[in-house]
Amino acid sequence: MSVLDSKAPKGELKDKWTYYKDHVNLVNPANKRSIDIIVVGTGLAGSSAAASLAEMGYSVKAFCFQDSARRAHSIAAQGGINAAKNYKNDGDSTFRLFYDTIKGGDYRAREANVHRLAEVSANIIDQCVAQGVPFARDYGGMLDNRSFGGTLVQRTFYAAGQTGQQLLLGAYSAISKEVATGSVKMYSRHEMLDLVIVGDKARGIIARNLITGEIERHSAHAVLLCTGGYGNVFFLSTNAMGSNVTAAWKAYKRGAFFGNPCYTQIHPTCIPVSGDHQSKLTLMSESLRNDGRIWVPKKKEDDMAIREKKKKPTDIKEEDRDYYLERRYPSFGNLVPRDVASRAAKERCDAGFGVNATGEAVYLDFAHNMKYKYGKVEATKKGITNPTEEQLTALGKEVIKEKYGNLFDMYMQITGENPYDTPMMIYPAIHYTMGGLWVDYNLMTTVPGCYALGEANFSDHGANRLGASALMQGLADGYFVIPYTIGEYLANDIRTGKIPINSPEFDAAEKGVKERIEKLLNNKGTKPVDYFHKRLGKVMWDKCGMARNAEGLKQAIEEIKAIRADFWANVRVTGTANEFNQELEKAGRVADFLELGELMAKMLWKEMNHVEVTSVESIKLKKVKLCVMTTNLHTLRHGNLKEMVNL
Amino acid sequence: MRSFKDGDVIYIEPFRANSFPVIKDLAVDRSAFDRIIQSGGYVSVSTGAAQDANNLPVPKNDADKAFAAATCIGCGACVATCKNASAMLFVSAKVSQLALLPQGKVEATDRVLNMVHQMDLEGFGNCTNTGACEVECPKGISLDNIARMNREYLKASLIKEK
Repeated sequence: MSVLDSKAPKGELKDKWTYYKDHVNLVNPANKRSIDIIVVGTGLAGSSAAASLAEMGYSVKAFCFQDSARRAHSIAAQGGINAAKNYKNDGDSTFRLFYDTIKGGDYRAREANVHRLAEVSANIIDQCVAQGVPFARDYGGMLDNRSFGGTLVQRTFYAAGQTGQQLLLGAYSAISKEVATGSVKMYSRHEMLDLVIVGDKARGIIARNLITGEIERHSAHAVLLCTGGYGNVFFLSTNAMGSNVTAAWKAYKRGAFFGNPCYTQIHPTCIPVSGDHQSKLTLMSESLRNDGRIWVPKKKEDDMAIREKKKKPTDIKEEDRDYYLERRYPSFGNLVPRDVASRAAKERCDAGFGVNATGEAVYLDFAHNMKYKYGKVEATKKGITNPTEEQLTALGKEVIKEKYGNLFDMYMQITGENPYDTPMMIYPAIHYTMGGLWVDYNLMTTVPGCYALGEANFSDHGANRLGASALMQGLADGYFVIPYTIGEYLANDIRTGKIPINSPEFDAAEKGVKERIEKLLNNKGTKPVDYFHKRLGKVMWDKCGMARNAEGLKQAIEEIKAIRADFWANVRVTGTANEFNQELEKAGRVADFLELGELMAKMLWKEMNHVEVTSVESIKLKKVKLCVMTTNLHTLRHGNLKEMVNL
Repeated sequence: MRSFKDGDVIYIEPFRANSFPVIKDLAVDRSAFDRIIQSGGYVSVSTGAAQDANNLPVPKNDADKAFAAATCIGCGACVATCKNASAMLFVSAKVSQLALLPQGKVEATDRVLNMVHQMDLEGFGNCTNTGACEVECPKGISLDNIARMNREYLKASLIKEK
C-alpha cells in the first residue's frame, strides 16, 4: 500500500521551485546520450518537451497520430497566453497570476505546481519571442496585452485570434531543429496503443503505424504522455475530431491514477449547435468578451419575435436588453470566469430567453464598443468633430477587424451571418478537461517513469481553467519544468543501458493490442462506430454536462454500461488491420471513451453524494484508484495541511 | 457549401503533386513540408537562452507583416493548385516571417539557401508568377512573400562565403 505523495518541496510557496532546482539530481551530458525518452503527442507540451530534452542531450523519440507534429490540436487555441510580465504596469505579479489561477480553479489545484507555473510564465514569452513567434505589438514595437476572464489585469499575450497556432509553430520549429540534427526521431502517423511496464517502471510503448498498420515496439527509460484532453467523450466538443483519451487511458489501465476526471470545462462562447448532423463545434475565443457584451432580451415577447424571425436583435431597444453578466457581476462584468459565464447563459436559456430556434443561444454584441470605445478614439485621432453614429461604427469596425478579424471571418463562414452588423450567437460547449492523469510535483504519474504534461495531467487548473492558461501550462511543462524534474528520476538510470524490446512484458503488451484490433475487425456487427460515440455523447452531455443530479448520474452509469455492451456486440469496423484504416483508429478510441465515460459519471455521482475522503487511511491506493477526491483538496486548502497526506 | 445548390456537382480529388504522394483515398503525404522546415525554418535558440521579450523592439509594421506570413497553416493547397506544383508560397511565408524579424536575421542567409535547396530536392516545381496559389490560399498569404524570398535568395547567393 502506498500513499499518494505530491513530492512538493518544503518551504514557503514562493521558494519551493528555487529550492527544488537547487537540489534536484542532475544527469551529466555524457550520460544523457545513452538515455532514451519517449514523448507521445507533439502539441505545445510534447513538442516543447521533446525539443528541450533533445537540446539537453537526451535521445528522444516523439510520436503523434497526426500527419505532422504541426497538426496537433494546440494549433486551434485562439485567444492568448498568460504571463506575469506586468508590461502594462497595472499591478500584475507572479503572486497575482498564481492567486487568480488558484481562485479561478475553485482552490482545487495544487498550489506548489501553480506557483511554479506563474514563476516560469515570463520565461515562456521570452522563449517564444526569441523563436520568432509574431505576438501582437504596439506602435513602440513592444508586446501588447489584453484581458481574459477571471482577472483584473491585462496579462494575456496574443497573436490575433490564432495564438495557439503561432506558439505551436514556434514549438514545432524547435522540434524540427532537433529532428534535423537527429536528436529527436519523429514518428508521425503513429498511435500509442499501450504502455509497457517492466518491473514497476514505464519502459516503453506499443504503437501502431497508421499507414501500414504495423504494430511496433519502442523502449525508453521514461515515457512522457503529452496527449491532451478527453473532451471528445462528449462527442460534440470544440476539440479536433482526432483528439482522444487512448494514451492516458492505457496508462490508467496500467496503474496510473486519474485525477478529477469529471472536471471538464464548458466554454461559454461557442457557436451554438445547429442540428443532429453536426460532428464538431467551433469555439469563439474568450478574448471576444473584452469587447463583446453578452445579452438576451428582457421581455419574453421580444424573445419570441426573435425566434420567429419577426424581429432582429438590432431592433431591440437598449433598455429592453438584459446584459445579465454586467447586471449580476458588476466588477468583472462580461469577463467573469468561464464556469460562471456558462452557468449564467444556461440559467437565462432555461428561463426561456434563448435567442435561436433551439432556445439555446445568447447574444455577444460588439456594436457598443465598436462605436463608443474604439470609434470615438479613432475619430479624435483623425480630428473628426461631432462624428455621426455611422462614422463611429465605421471607424470602430476597423479596430475590431484588426483585433479579431479571423474570428469574425470564421463565424461568418460557419453561420452565414455577418457579426460586424448583427450580434454573434453563442452557447456553452465542452472545451477543455482540467482532470487528467494524477501527477506529482515532478509531473510523474503513479507509474514510475511515466509522466503526464499539459492538458493530459490534472494538477494546475483545479475545477476550472482560466482563459489563456492552457497554452501557458503546456509550454511551462515542456520547456521549463520537465527538463529539470526528469533528471530526478533518470539520474538513477544512467547505468541501466538500453531497454530491450524482446522482454515478456513487450510480448504480452503487443499481444493484447493485436487481439483487440482483431476483435474489433472480426466483430462484423451492423452499426458504425459513430453511432455509439453519438449515443455516449448524448448521455454525457445530458447527464454529466453543465447540470447534474444524483438520479441522472445513476441512470448515466447504467446507460453507458449498456452502450458499451452494445458496442462490443454490434459494432462494425470496416477495412483490415494492415492498412490505413481510420475507422479502426476511431473504433479503438471510442472503446476507450466508453470506459472513461463511466468513470466520469461515477466520480460525479460520488461527489454528488458527498462521499468524502477525509482521512489518511482512506487515501491508500485501492480506495482512491478511481480519482483523487477533490473535496480533499478543498479541505487541504482550508486548514489541516499538516495532518493530511500531501496531495 | 452555402454557394452550392441541390444537384450541383462537386469534384473531389486528392492534392495533386508528385511531392505529395497519395497514401489512400484523399489522404496525401505532406512530409516534404516537414523536411523543408527542418532544413532551416527556425531560429536556433535553445530553451532557456532567451533574453527578456521586450529587449528586442520590433516595428509594428514589420511585426504585422511577419504575422501575416506566419498565418500559413502548411496545408499545401498552394502546391496542389499550382500548375508547376511549386511550393514557393509555403517556403516564402516561413522565410519572410523570419527575415522580417530581428530574431531571424542572424541565420537569414543560410536559411533561405538551405530551404530553397531542400524545396528543390523534394521535387517541387518552379514559380512562374501565375498567382493561383495566392487565390487558393485559405489564409490569404500574399505573393509579395515570394518576391521577398527571391530578394533574400539573391542577396544570400551573393554574400554567402564559400
